[in-house]
Amino acid sequence: MQGKKQGASLFKTFNFGFFLGLVGTAILLWYVPVVDQHREGSLISVQPNGGNAEVFRINLPRDRILGGAAGATDPVPAGLEWPAGPLFANSQTELFKLRDRRETVVGVASRVASTDADEPFIQWMLHLPARGTMFLDMTLEPSADGYRDGRFLAGTREFAELTGNAEERFVGLREEGDEGEFDVDAYIELKTALVSLAVDYDPAEPLE
Amino acid sequence: MKYLVSLLLGVVAGMSVLAAALYFNPFAAPARVSPLAVSESSIMGLSFSVVPSESLILTNDGDSMDNTHPDRVQELWEPAVRKSQAMVTLLTDRLGEPIGIGVKISSISEDTRITNSEFLVDSVWHVYLPGRGSFFVDQVENRWSYYHEIVIPAWWSSSDSWRGNWRNVMTVGPNALGTARVTGANGAFAGLQTEAVEALAAKAFSIDSGPVAITGNLTISLPGARDSDETL
Repeated sequence: MQGKKQGASLFKTFNFGFFLGLVGTAILLWYVPVVDQHREGSLISVQPNGGNAEVFRINLPRDRILGGAAGATDPVPAGLEWPAGPLFANSQTELFKLRDRRETVVGVASRVASTDADEPFIQWMLHLPARGTMFLDMTLEPSADGYRDGRFLAGTREFAELTGNAEERFVGLREEGDEGEFDVDAYIELKTALVSLAVDYDPAEPLE
Repeated sequence: MKYLVSLLLGVVAGMSVLAAALYFNPFAAPARVSPLAVSESSIMGLSFSVVPSESLILTNDGDSMDNTHPDRVQELWEPAVRKSQAMVTLLTDRLGEPIGIGVKISSISEDTRITNSEFLVDSVWHVYLPGRGSFFVDQVENRWSYYHEIVIPAWWSSSDSWRGNWRNVMTVGPNALGTARVTGANGAFAGLQTEAVEALAAKAFSIDSGPVAITGNLTISLPGARDSDETL
């Protein structure tokens, strides 16, 4: 009799554990995210006219993952087999690690440029895993002070409902040597100035 | 002590039943048919290889199932990009002729919910077709079926590999009908706002090296394109 009673109690305990395991795990899986992307604190400054400005940086050559162009004598990475032939003769595809103003890697960026006579372009894709992606279309010629302007064409997730413009600047750090000046290091600076689509924004007047 | 053991056995049994229910979930049907199959617009199809060694470059954190390519490519080991993968690949038409270059960057999505049979990946494409133009694709992929029907069976297999015929539409968003959002950038695609889907067709997979024979297809709807040769 005693053993039967104990057996029933053990069975009840097992059943309790069973539902605890079933429901508890389901609740845990539902509420606790399986994926948690690492986030760096964003360094965003608010512009006088309401836009948010952010500066990104790419250190060269160490952040270059891919430097692909037809006929390149020193391709990155070593061993890269870039397609030959006239179809790809006028384009260049690059892939970089993207850093914030603190020089911490926050994403991956691609830059595709074409010098095709009919449709030349320079376009960037800035992918920040925890936030979303920005797709930028730049002007071909940089200004006298070295800035190349661009416009925000599309965005995903955090950037999906935004519009605005961008700037690209190549900065070469030069050093004086016996045979004149030479590049010792360089970086690309990218500035984005974005505003919500709900704000009345005129693309002809870039955000400050 | 007996009660504690009984409770723990119950918890383990409960967790196992839940795991089995999630794994064999009959409602998690794979998506075999493209939402664009009923589209009245012209369709442009771009094919690419998912096999790492057949890409121009493929990089990730270096510990993923997909091997990086080429060997000396920089890996994405920094915390913010560790769950991401970047691939640059040749895009071909139906005849297998190269017609462009595609840059695809993917990151595992924080919206992933195993209870919904979802293993979500946020991915973007930058596609350049010389002579035609360029466009941007924003999509959410669900790789649940890929893992469920290829990767896990390969794991269980004594040969650490999988062979078969598998085809699945990977795109599940962000558009309401489960399609990707396409933004035209220049050339023939300038100003274009349309949709796309990405599908995979797999024949072989290896736990050691990842995809062995898997091809991808990016299908883009081209509203307003009247020329029959828009369909590549």
